[in-house]
Amino acid sequence: MRVALFITCYNDALFPDTGKAVTAVLERLGHTVEFPAAQTCCGQMHHNTGYRREADSLVGAFNDAFRGYDAIVTPSGSCGGHVRHHHRTETAPNVYEFSEFLVDVLNVTDVGAYFPHRVTYHPTCHSLRMLRVGDKPLQLLRAVEGIDLVELPEAESCCGFGGTFAMKNSETSVAMLQDKMGNVRKTGAQTLCASDNSCLMHIGGGLSRVKSGVRTLHLAEILAATR
Amino acid sequence: MSGDQVNVVWLGSPTFPQAAHDALQDTQLRRNLKHATTTIRDKRLRAVAELDDWETLREAGSQIKDRVMRHLDEYLLQLEASVTAAGGVVHWAEDAREANRIVSELVRAKGATEVVKIKSMATQEIGLNEALEDDGIEATETDLAELIVQLNDDRPSHILVPAIHRNRSEIRDIFQREMGKHGIAAPDDLTDEPRVLAEAARVHLREKFLRAKVAISGANFACADTGTVGVVESEGNGRMCLTLPETLITVMGIEKVLPSFSDLEVFLQLLPRSSTAERMNPYTSLWTGVTPGDGPQEFHLVLLDNGRTKTLADTAGRSALHCIRCSACLNVCPVYERTGGRSYGSVYPGPIGAVLTPQLVGVGTSEHADSLPFASTLCGACYDACPVRIDIPEMLVHLRAKVVDAHRGGVPKPEALAMKGARVVFGSPRRLAWAERLGAIGGRVAGIGGGRWLPGPARKWTGARDVPVPARESFRAWWRKAGRR
Repeated sequence: MRVALFITCYNDALFPDTGKAVTAVLERLGHTVEFPAAQTCCGQMHHNTGYRREADSLVGAFNDAFRGYDAIVTPSGSCGGHVRHHHRTETAPNVYEFSEFLVDVLNVTDVGAYFPHRVTYHPTCHSLRMLRVGDKPLQLLRAVEGIDLVELPEAESCCGFGGTFAMKNSETSVAMLQDKMGNVRKTGAQTLCASDNSCLMHIGGGLSRVKSGVRTLHLAEILAATR
Repeated sequence: MSGDQVNVVWLGSPTFPQAAHDALQDTQLRRNLKHATTTIRDKRLRAVAELDDWETLREAGSQIKDRVMRHLDEYLLQLEASVTAAGGVVHWAEDAREANRIVSELVRAKGATEVVKIKSMATQEIGLNEALEDDGIEATETDLAELIVQLNDDRPSHILVPAIHRNRSEIRDIFQREMGKHGIAAPDDLTDEPRVLAEAARVHLREKFLRAKVAISGANFACADTGTVGVVESEGNGRMCLTLPETLITVMGIEKVLPSFSDLEVFLQLLPRSSTAERMNPYTSLWTGVTPGDGPQEFHLVLLDNGRTKTLADTAGRSALHCIRCSACLNVCPVYERTGGRSYGSVYPGPIGAVLTPQLVGVGTSEHADSLPFASTLCGACYDACPVRIDIPEMLVHLRAKVVDAHRGGVPKPEALAMKGARVVFGSPRRLAWAERLGAIGGRVAGIGGGRWLPGPARKWTGARDVPVPARESFRAWWRKAGRR
């Protein structure tokens, strides 16, 4: 199987460690991955903000970059969901969010990770309701050795990120964030995990501002951790 | 109410972010909303889980509504013929002003100066109470929550629970202060016990039911084949209005028509479970024209357009008209939960309001309406809750594009420039890699000060959230350096 990494634009620039973690997990499982260097951005930000013309012009380039791969794996439920739902191209159906790829395609839940910390998991909205990943990320986390996985209260309520919403309606966004942070702190977890760095950037930015001591980590980074 | 303004939008409403700013300061409001929406949300999930064919019912509801929209002209003509055959009179109103004029003339023709009303979104949409008041007619809302809102000269903030933003002690104060000005006063020893409050409302309203010659209602459904009009409610006040007065006037949005009486089977299951989380609503009233010696002897049906045919013309946006006003989307919406209904500046708040209001008034016609499609994180909870499967997130994005397109040309706003700039950067991997290097350097420089506070529009982010400092080395740079393929 030819597997391509779709490392979204903000993962590329802001969270390269997530991309490295995805690579590490897949290679540990014995797969060879490629990074088509022609990739840039799937156009979700433009599309969701109403700049459809600009978004549409990125679709062709995305398709060209990823043509010919059996599977295209991304560490973002949000960008993955966008491509699957809105790119009407031959590559769109082959895009998988990281946890989907591991559980549905590779049939793996135990990836041999070791992470001896208290972790709580926030299911991001697009993973949950656009891609319907269900409890696949939790299946993967439960199989991590040493992990103390605690349930997040009101887990399925949105954190308030919403892309440009976080700027356009920043006050409402922050009000939602505060409730999410309160729930995170109730768990006593040291680490908040999710499958989207965009939401984590928002929640993590809030947790850092109040010096909560809680860090945010992408699912792939926990799964990449070993003894 | 001013003459030419379509009354979906309250005049002079601020944009959503501005209105939300005020609402978010009101901690009492936020507590009331959180409590109410959480309670009803959990109840709804339980009520829905009882039906093993819920998804099939949703699909059926969606398909019936889809068929109605495709053949709306035929069904409306059929409805007119059926209602007329049953002894009713049908009126057609193109906009709010025409509808208000028709109703006012009908009331005045009966020599009445007061009317009782059943809770109705359509009459709120057109500002009927205010229009009647201008013509010297006092309209009394008989739904308990609507009465609370009306007595306080307030605006409703929820489709189904208009006084959701008020708690019991606030309601007690409103009753004590206002009831006497409009009829029977509240007793001096009024407490904030629900039973006591309900009794005060009952006494206040009973007198009005017995005296009114004209009642005004909306309609939840109207069946084209039989001419039957239906209203569902919880309190029975509507039934009093539908049976006691001599004349009944129903104002109905044209999208409320159903092809056939048998379609009620689907909607009378979908609506109560989605709205009040009940298996069945306590009162379902159906009437077909007039019946000699029983109930109102004169029945008028006003069919209201008010932007609906315009909405129908957009095939990607028209499913907003499928809405059965259950308000399930409001109760699950995280944005609504924080800001309340009044931030939406429309009688239709929440996710459905964010897609319906701009279409009814026309995209690109007001800054306020244009701000509504952006009042969402696109979390998708509304789509999952909608009993007729309206894909609200998809429609929000569609309307955002219409808003952006309506403002293309002329001097571009900073956002448009940023979006175009980003498009250029994303246009080639080489430009992106260059921008990433620049960002990493810039981010490091800014990071010297802690990376916590950014200038300009970015302050909207850093007001409450730290920014991640761009990585020293992007993923693509790392990949290339590692000599990978």
